[in-house]
Amino acid sequence: MIRDSLSIGVIAVWVFAALFGAYFGLSPYEIDLPSILTPPNSQVWLGHDDLGRPLFDRLVEGANVSFTVAVTVVIISSVMGTLIGTTSAYFGGWFDHLIVRIIDVLLAFPGILLAIALAGVMGPGIENVVIALSIVGWVGFARLSRAQVMSVKHRDHVVAANALGSTRTTIIFRHLIPLILAPLMIEATFGIASVILAEASLSFLGLGVQPPSASWGNMVRDGTRYMLVAPHMVLMPGLAIMMVVLAVNLLGDRIRDRLDVRIKENNEK
Amino acid sequence: MLNYFISRIASACVVILGVSCLVFFFIHLIPGDPIEVMLGESARPADREALRQALGLNQPILTQLGQYLSNLSQFDLGRSLHSKQAISSLLWERIPATVELALSGLLVALVLAFPLGIIAALKRDTAWDHSAMTVSLLGVSIPNFWMGPLLILAFSIGLGWLPVSGRDEATSIILPALTLGTAMAAILSRMIRSTLLEVLGEDYIRTARAKGLSSYQVVLRHALRNAMLPVITLIGLQLGTLLGGAVITEIVFAWPGVGQLTIEAIQKRDYPVLQACILLISVSYVVVNTMTDLVYGALDPRVRLNES
Repeated sequence: MIRDSLSIGVIAVWVFAALFGAYFGLSPYEIDLPSILTPPNSQVWLGHDDLGRPLFDRLVEGANVSFTVAVTVVIISSVMGTLIGTTSAYFGGWFDHLIVRIIDVLLAFPGILLAIALAGVMGPGIENVVIALSIVGWVGFARLSRAQVMSVKHRDHVVAANALGSTRTTIIFRHLIPLILAPLMIEATFGIASVILAEASLSFLGLGVQPPSASWGNMVRDGTRYMLVAPHMVLMPGLAIMMVVLAVNLLGDRIRDRLDVRIKENNEK
Repeated sequence: MLNYFISRIASACVVILGVSCLVFFFIHLIPGDPIEVMLGESARPADREALRQALGLNQPILTQLGQYLSNLSQFDLGRSLHSKQAISSLLWERIPATVELALSGLLVALVLAFPLGIIAALKRDTAWDHSAMTVSLLGVSIPNFWMGPLLILAFSIGLGWLPVSGRDEATSIILPALTLGTAMAAILSRMIRSTLLEVLGEDYIRTARAKGLSSYQVVLRHALRNAMLPVITLIGLQLGTLLGGAVITEIVFAWPGVGQLTIEAIQKRDYPVLQACILLISVSYVVVNTMTDLVYGALDPRVRLNES
C-alpha cells in the first residue's frame, strides 16, 4: 500500500514538474559564474552545475523533456504496433509472414543498439530521438497484439460478428482490440519506463537532446567530468531517473497484478 | 530433431540477411547528401566524387545492395573513412575486450541472481521476498550510465581500491562487469523466482517433500533443475541486452571494445565503421539466440515436437 502511494506520488510530482514547471519562473539557462559547482545548500537545494546554473531548475526542465519524449514515443509506438500486429494476425497470409519477418529482423538488434544507430545516423535532436525510439518501440506492441489476436480471433463473438456481416474494420476495432487492451496497457506502462531510460541513455551518449537544453541524460554526462569536485552533478539527475523509472515499474507491476487473469488464477489456487 | 535444427538455423540465416539489408540502408537515412555529411561542407568536389565512387553511392540502389551483400559474404567490410584501416582488422582489435566484458557481466549477473531469486521464491510473501524483489526492481531502474559513475565514486574515488577506467590492470574489469551485470541480475532473479514458484507447486515436489528430503535437496535437485529451462532462454535473450548495454558501459569506463568503436564512429561520422559494428553486434546476438534455441530444443523434447 505504502509502495503504491509512493510510486503514484513520485509519478505525480514528475508529471506536474513536466507540465507546469515552466510557469514557476525557473531559470534553467541562467549562467551565474560565481556559483559554479556550488554543492547543495539551504539556499539552492540541489546546488549549481559547471556553468553556475541551478540544478533543480535544470532537473525540472529535464522532466519536461523526458515526459514529452516518453509519452509521445509510447503513443506513437502503441498505436502503430497495435494496428500492425492486429491486422497482421487477423488477415494472416503473406502480409502476416512479412510482418513476422520484419519484427524478427528488428528484434535482432539487441537492446538500445538500433536506437543508438538510428539516432547516430539521423543526427542529434529531440525529434530524431522520438523517431528512433518509435521505430524501435512499435515492435513490442505489434508482437504482443499479434499473439493476443491470434488467441482470440476464433472466439464465438468474432465468428458471430463475421456471420452478421460486420466489416473487417468493425471486427478489428470493436471486437478484437477491446479484448486485448489489458496486456497492451501493461506493455505501455513498462514502455514509459524503458523510453525514459532510452532517451536518457541517448542524451548521455550525446545523441539526444543537445545543450543548452537540459535532459537528465546529458546532465549525468556533464556531471561525469566533475565527479571529483562536484559529485552532486552526477548524483541528482541519476537519482531523478532512478526514482521515476522505479515508480513507473512498480506501477506497471501493480497494474499487471490487477489485470492479468493468469496471475489471479494462480494466486487463487 | 534434425528438422528442428535445420529450421532454426534457416530462420536465423533469413534474419541475418534481413539485418544486413537494414544496416545497408542506414547510410541512406542520413539527412541530405551522405557524402557532404561525412566529408564536411568544405571538401573538394574531387574528394567527394572519389568517396561517392568508393562507397558505390553513384550506382542504382539495388546494385549497391547487391554489391554490399556480396562483399559481406566474403567478409569484406570495407575501409574506415577516418583511419583508412580495413574495418575487419579494426573490429578484431576490439572484439576481445567486448567479449571479456560481456562474459564477466554475465558471471556477475548469475552470481547475484540465483541467491536472490531462490531466497525470494522460498520465502514467498515475506520480508525476504519483498526486499529481494525491491532490490531487483532497483537494479532494472538504475541506468548503466549512472551505475558506472556511482561505482567509480565509491570504489575508485572514495576508497581508492579500483581503477577509474581503461583496461590496463587486471582489476579494471571489476567495475564495468558489476555495472553491466546488475541490470541483468535484476531481470534474471525475477524470472528465477517466478519459475521456481511455479515448479514448487508441482506434484513431484510434494512427493519429494513427503519422502522426507530436506528442503535444500528439494530445491537444488528437483525444483531448480526443472526451473532452469526458461531461465536458460532468458539468459540467451538477455545476452542481447548485455551487448547493447555494453556500448554504454564501455563509454563510461573508456573500455576499448566494439561499443566504444561504435560511438567513436558516430562522432567521427565514419558510417562504414558504424555499419560494421552494428552488424557485428546484431549478428552475434542472432547467433547466441539461435544457439540458445538449439540447446533448449536438445534439452526439452516438447519444444522440438511443438515446432515440427
